[in-house]
Amino acid sequence: MAAEQPHIDKRLTAVLGTVSDPEIPVLSIMEMGVIRSAIINEAGVVMVRITPTYSGCPAMDVMGEDIIKALNEAGYKAEVNLVLSPAWTTDWITEKGRKALEDYGIAAPLDEVADKAVLLGNQKLVKCTLCGSTNTKLISQFGSTACKALFQCEDCREPFDYFKCLK
Amino acid sequence: MNNNLYNYILGIADNSLILGQRLGELCGHGPSLETDIACTNISLDLFGQVRSYFQYAAQIANDGRSEDTIAMLRTERQYVNVLLVEQPNVDFAYTITRQFLFDVYHYKFLVQLQKSNDATLAAIAKKSIKEVSYHLRFSSDWIKRLGDGTEDSHNRIQNAVNDLWAYTDELFHQTPADKTMIAEGIGVDTLKFKDNYFKEATEVLIEATLVVPDLEYFQKGGKEGVHTEHLGYLLAEMQYMQRTYPNMKW
Repeated sequence: MAAEQPHIDKRLTAVLGTVSDPEIPVLSIMEMGVIRSAIINEAGVVMVRITPTYSGCPAMDVMGEDIIKALNEAGYKAEVNLVLSPAWTTDWITEKGRKALEDYGIAAPLDEVADKAVLLGNQKLVKCTLCGSTNTKLISQFGSTACKALFQCEDCREPFDYFKCLK
Repeated sequence: MNNNLYNYILGIADNSLILGQRLGELCGHGPSLETDIACTNISLDLFGQVRSYFQYAAQIANDGRSEDTIAMLRTERQYVNVLLVEQPNVDFAYTITRQFLFDVYHYKFLVQLQKSNDATLAAIAKKSIKEVSYHLRFSSDWIKRLGDGTEDSHNRIQNAVNDLWAYTDELFHQTPADKTMIAEGIGVDTLKFKDNYFKEATEVLIEATLVVPDLEYFQKGGKEGVHTEHLGYLLAEMQYMQRTYPNMKW
């Protein structure tokens, strides 16, 4: 999927890596796959393109402002544009991002087939973020934010969020 | 300005806007915490999609209209949503039935809109369909749980189906703007999946032990701006802030 790799100027990686998702503060928006491209144009202005995770994600405006703020502080002028295509997918969350989610107490998305099986309650595959058991059950398909479902561990009783697969 | 395209976009977006507002009414009033959050999350998805559509419509109009003025400052007759989505939240059974009857349509519609010749509409469809697949799963599950649940839940959902079924046919009603857009390869020819819609909706209702109404007469008018009495009240609430304090911002 070479065409879907984000195009980010190496000089900007460090700065952009400091901007986090306002609703999942442990996760940088780079690791979320929200930044699709960041380039410095001839005029020296950083042009950033971001794509929403969900259409109604209320965090997008804040992310855009945070990106501009971080770049301004690093001495760049910046402009952020929202693009819809290609549509964001949970496949764009990096390995590092998935690890950060799990450490924060949010189960990372399964692949599409497994995701469907757990959300329909047919199989138990989502790992409890506290004890690691897969003896977990779906409480609600919609959790604390649009991108998550609510699960509970039947062994340690921990309730936790599961980041739904979006493909 | 391409009037047909503008009107076509409004036809799609108004359904999501009005349904989103209806679901938003349940914020803090859902029958349980989980269903409350689910309904409002679906509402949020729909509003997000509406923003994309109205931003595009504002760009086409190119006369100072914004996504906000299109959403908030039209009068009742200028809204072109189908009658189904403006029906009130009588009880949870109505909310779920309305959602289900719309979701089955919405999903099939977006499958086709992804192939539109219009790149922006295709992109919005590709984005939205991922969200709508969750809506459809949620409402189908609840139809089955309530239909095949207790005597009370069964009766309530059967009542809702009996009342709301009359609004399903309008989903496939085509306006002149629709027809022009279909001819240009931009719009979706909804008649092509009409049979499939009724087949699929019927299958779920039967699985839920419900009886599918045998109707000859269906309600219509929303797509021409002729609405049921419910829309006026909905708009009065939705537009209150913008009408009372013009140009206000959060």
